[in-house]
Amino acid sequence: MKDKKKIRILIAKPGLDGHDRGAKVVSLALRDAGMEVLYSGLHQSVDQIIAAAVQEAVDVIGLSIMTGAHLPICARLMKDLEEKKLSDIFVVIGGVIPKNDIPKLEEIGVKGIFPGGTRFEFIIDSIRALF
Amino acid sequence: MGVAKYIKNKADAIEKVIYQSGIEVKPFYGPKDLEATGFDYEVDLGDPGQYPFTRSLHPQGYRSRAWTTRQYTGFGTPQETNERFKYMIAHGQNGLNVAFDLPTQMGYDSDNPKAEGEVGRVGMAVDSLQDFEIAFKDIQFDHIGSGLTINAVASIMLAMYQATAEKYGYSKETISATPQNDILKEMIGRGAWIFPVEPSVRLVCDTIEYSVKELPRCNPVSICGYHIRESGATPSQEVGFAFEIAKSYIDNLLDRGLAPDDFVGRFSFNLNVYGNLWEQIAKFRAARKLWAKLLKEEYSVTEKKNLFLRGLFGGGGSGLTKEQPENNIIRGAYYGLAAALSGAQTTALCSFDEAFTIPTPRAALLSLRTLEILMEEVGLRDTVDPLAGSYFVETITKEMEDKIKNEMTRVQKMGGMVHAISSGYIQREVARQAYEFEKSLQNGEIIKVGVNKYTEGEQPDVEVHKYNDSWVGAQISSLKALRRTRDNQEVNRSLKALEKTSKSQNNVMPALVDCCRAYATVGEMAGVFRDVFGEWDEPCLF
Repeated sequence: MKDKKKIRILIAKPGLDGHDRGAKVVSLALRDAGMEVLYSGLHQSVDQIIAAAVQEAVDVIGLSIMTGAHLPICARLMKDLEEKKLSDIFVVIGGVIPKNDIPKLEEIGVKGIFPGGTRFEFIIDSIRALF
Repeated sequence: MGVAKYIKNKADAIEKVIYQSGIEVKPFYGPKDLEATGFDYEVDLGDPGQYPFTRSLHPQGYRSRAWTTRQYTGFGTPQETNERFKYMIAHGQNGLNVAFDLPTQMGYDSDNPKAEGEVGRVGMAVDSLQDFEIAFKDIQFDHIGSGLTINAVASIMLAMYQATAEKYGYSKETISATPQNDILKEMIGRGAWIFPVEPSVRLVCDTIEYSVKELPRCNPVSICGYHIRESGATPSQEVGFAFEIAKSYIDNLLDRGLAPDDFVGRFSFNLNVYGNLWEQIAKFRAARKLWAKLLKEEYSVTEKKNLFLRGLFGGGGSGLTKEQPENNIIRGAYYGLAAALSGAQTTALCSFDEAFTIPTPRAALLSLRTLEILMEEVGLRDTVDPLAGSYFVETITKEMEDKIKNEMTRVQKMGGMVHAISSGYIQREVARQAYEFEKSLQNGEIIKVGVNKYTEGEQPDVEVHKYNDSWVGAQISSLKALRRTRDNQEVNRSLKALEKTSKSQNNVMPALVDCCRAYATVGEMAGVFRDVFGEWDEPCLF
């Protein structure tokens, strides 16, 4: 548990989908919980998300994906983070995630999976527990 | 309980009810309450079909004509979309509402790397005129109206619709299309924007100006409070922001030398039925009145029909739940009731399975049947505006009018909607409302049956639309074949002409129709706009 430094998190929207209500609502909840939250804005590529994460020196990347493309996007992000020796950045995800996909995401190293409707406390506690 | 704040005492009796727009509801209403609002029948209501149209646009309401139903359609390939269109028409639907996939909405061809995994996923993939020719085969362009649910590249799709109709022998004067074409609401919610704010507004207004001059039966813009509401805004913000968006378009068109009476009759609105029943009814009645007053008093519109707030009151998406999904059928019926009691001219309901998948044909048909039952069985065609004169409904309709005006004044103080969006104010405000709502849902202040009360066992799973790679491959190969076989000199010529027009002050529409006829692709046309206009740098601060 970090107590001196605030947890810095980048909430990111990969791909073409523009439904960002969930991303923004969770951003506000994390901010109210005392984290430093940056929001990527829409239509980001994985490369852009990694570049922003490095630039802003975040501890966590939180992806918001509603389109069903979470498996390929997460696989790509995890691989690129590893190749760039950035595996100390934790990745969590929220959005439309079918139950069957949760073990698959965990297996590739996603540290928190928050399907639509997950309570704020659960998201906040899960992220804090990473440190 | 429901989409409002309910404050209860220890005995579980309700002490206070506060609607999302901030209206506090009393335990009962009488003549004095209505009197206190300054209510005057002639000024505030007028008979149905009379200014300010609070009661109805038409004197006979649904007696003369039931509402138009327009379920959302559009699926995967142009061929599948064509089959779905014919199915819905055969089942009594009189208008089409076309969904496009995200690459098309964002101006990318199906073979663009950015389109990967998204081709045909949430709607029809359109790369060129070839796809529209298949999708609209055997559709009577002079009988069926088509809503084209697309915004950033609505100008391209309208041009393509015209080119397709002409190809099938219909003159442009006979076709009826309603491209959604409301880019400012995309910047507030839903997010399918491409270009910066100013050129985006220019494209919207090019489309409107062109329709006014060349496409007499097209309604070139549908201003969508709907998505602003879905993104978290309150009902009064939904209408207030939609009206301020409309004013941005009107002002642009006035700068081009058009007179308001030339074009405001072509504006339509898309507003949401989701929420507290009474608040929705008050919202729609107040909205009809305020729009007529705004046009008459601020823009000196004179023609009666141009003062009508036309549009689709429907949807209700954010009210649906993936838990106990059959409950959504019941919710849909009540949302339909709210629309009918509000005198909706056109309507559509989200299908009950929409909270967890792309609607199945069966569910879409059930929504259509729900609307038909309301019109044909329940008695909603009997008399116009049956709630008029209710102490309660009239009092809150007056109060809603004030709430909407307050939201509009806040935007005006920021210099209008273009500034309020460029600065990020509206987006922040809508996100804040969404956050407050979510907190109330999580702490049980707002009740959702099956979600935070009366829950049952295991939570159902969402279903991610399985997506057929074989036809994605087919779509891409037919696009590649098209690029080889079309007259590429003609394509280059038309795209050059589009570039030149985009850089000038002239209307881009004739150049776009030309590009479509030459089988230029959506990605090529949008690519010209990307080069000339650039892309929007979204304000991301909270």
